[in-house]
Amino acid sequence: MFDLKGYGHLLFEGALVTIEVAICAMIVAIALGLVGAAGKLSRNPVAHFVANTYTIVIRGVPELVLLLLIYFGGTVLLQTIAARLFGHEEPIDINNFVAGVLVIGFVYGAFATEVFRGAFQSIPKGQIEAAMACGMSKGQVFWRIKLPQVWRFAIPGLGNVWLVLLKATAIISVIGLPELTRQSTIVMNPTRKPFTVFLIAAALYLIMTAVSDVFRHRFERRAAAGIRQI
Amino acid sequence: MSFDFPLIWNSLPDLLGRGLVLTIQLTVLSVLVGLCLAVPLGILRASRNPWISKPIYIYTYVFRGTPLLIQLFLIYYGFGQFRWIKSTFLWDFLREGFWCCLIAFTLNTAAYTTEILRGAIQNVPHGEVEAARAIGMSRFTVLRRIILPQAFRIMLPAYSNEVVLMLQATSIASLVTLLELTGVARVIIARTFAPYELFITIALIYLALTYGIIWLFKKWEQHLMRHLGERPADAPQEGALATR
Repeated sequence: MFDLKGYGHLLFEGALVTIEVAICAMIVAIALGLVGAAGKLSRNPVAHFVANTYTIVIRGVPELVLLLLIYFGGTVLLQTIAARLFGHEEPIDINNFVAGVLVIGFVYGAFATEVFRGAFQSIPKGQIEAAMACGMSKGQVFWRIKLPQVWRFAIPGLGNVWLVLLKATAIISVIGLPELTRQSTIVMNPTRKPFTVFLIAAALYLIMTAVSDVFRHRFERRAAAGIRQI
Repeated sequence: MSFDFPLIWNSLPDLLGRGLVLTIQLTVLSVLVGLCLAVPLGILRASRNPWISKPIYIYTYVFRGTPLLIQLFLIYYGFGQFRWIKSTFLWDFLREGFWCCLIAFTLNTAAYTTEILRGAIQNVPHGEVEAARAIGMSRFTVLRRIILPQAFRIMLPAYSNEVVLMLQATSIASLVTLLELTGVARVIIARTFAPYELFITIALIYLALTYGIIWLFKKWEQHLMRHLGERPADAPQEGALATR
């Protein structure tokens, strides 16, 4: 049942692409999350409004719709701009790896925003007051007191975001990026063993999440080193 | 590039009359059947006997550890591999995209809900259970009168999040040719090539549905919590974006 007539390696290559997309998207998500949290916690009404709109929209719209909107809508937009400004009439292709990373990063950046917001708020007020009392500037307080500690509070939440993000990369298959799900739909036809193929794909995803889980526990313990455990 | 408002107006009957109806059907059916599965599974999952809780943990781990899209494809494409299935009544269901979606979504949401319920059951204050035992309630009565109603209140915020995520997950039904909201939009786009207009329109519809669900759950929670008076200020923020 598990003989894939020599197509099996395509699944492993797809799994590697999945990991690459997920890691790149996670980096985008963390960067957006820090910016978004700064916006949500800022007293500037414009920054506050933008950050809130960001999380409200992401919560309310499915990833698939955002992916299609940005990928196909973005193509139309670029094409219109190119035609108007440069008289460029040939079709434009958006690189689907970049599009996938940006969309998944953009969606999970909103989740990371909530994680970082909570983490910044978990830093004891007394420490910040103490640092201010010592004469540190706001920037110094941020770099020396807040940022080193925010990771400790954010890591459990970021671990969750990573696990969900990893699985969410499956929808990028829709725009043709040869990641694990896309490769599975390709391999299923010549082998005529769709059940076997998707079972293997599911097992590969499960291995990825299980390994991530092990790392997550290790990171959490490391981040909590020096903190008294209850 | 201009925004084609007449196109949106003309698409609304299809989007709302067909797409939205199917989206709501898929969400409501899978969430309700999923909850019916999750209640017994969650109770057994909270059991202290590992022979009972471990097998259920394996089920929830597998379904929470793999993408819903893979689960859907496994059911939709996968079962065609077995010839013997095609000769049974099962094939009447498994060849229909609608039933495949319903099976995949239900099993998926049941796995998440089981874990939410387990967490809630384990957070029911132990004193209440002891008090109920002390006045002579049987274990089943304690479960029915004390543990489940309390666990239900505790799990409601997390559960509303799960329902919202399920609503959004139904958009992948369009990938197995179902004409729910996203599917209808894609069909119209293939004909008119107006991705902006249609995708933004359905994004707004999903947005309204999402916040409608959040609002309903908030009202429900307030109703269940009315005996407690005002909630403390540090209670978790209602409707905040959260992973599951």
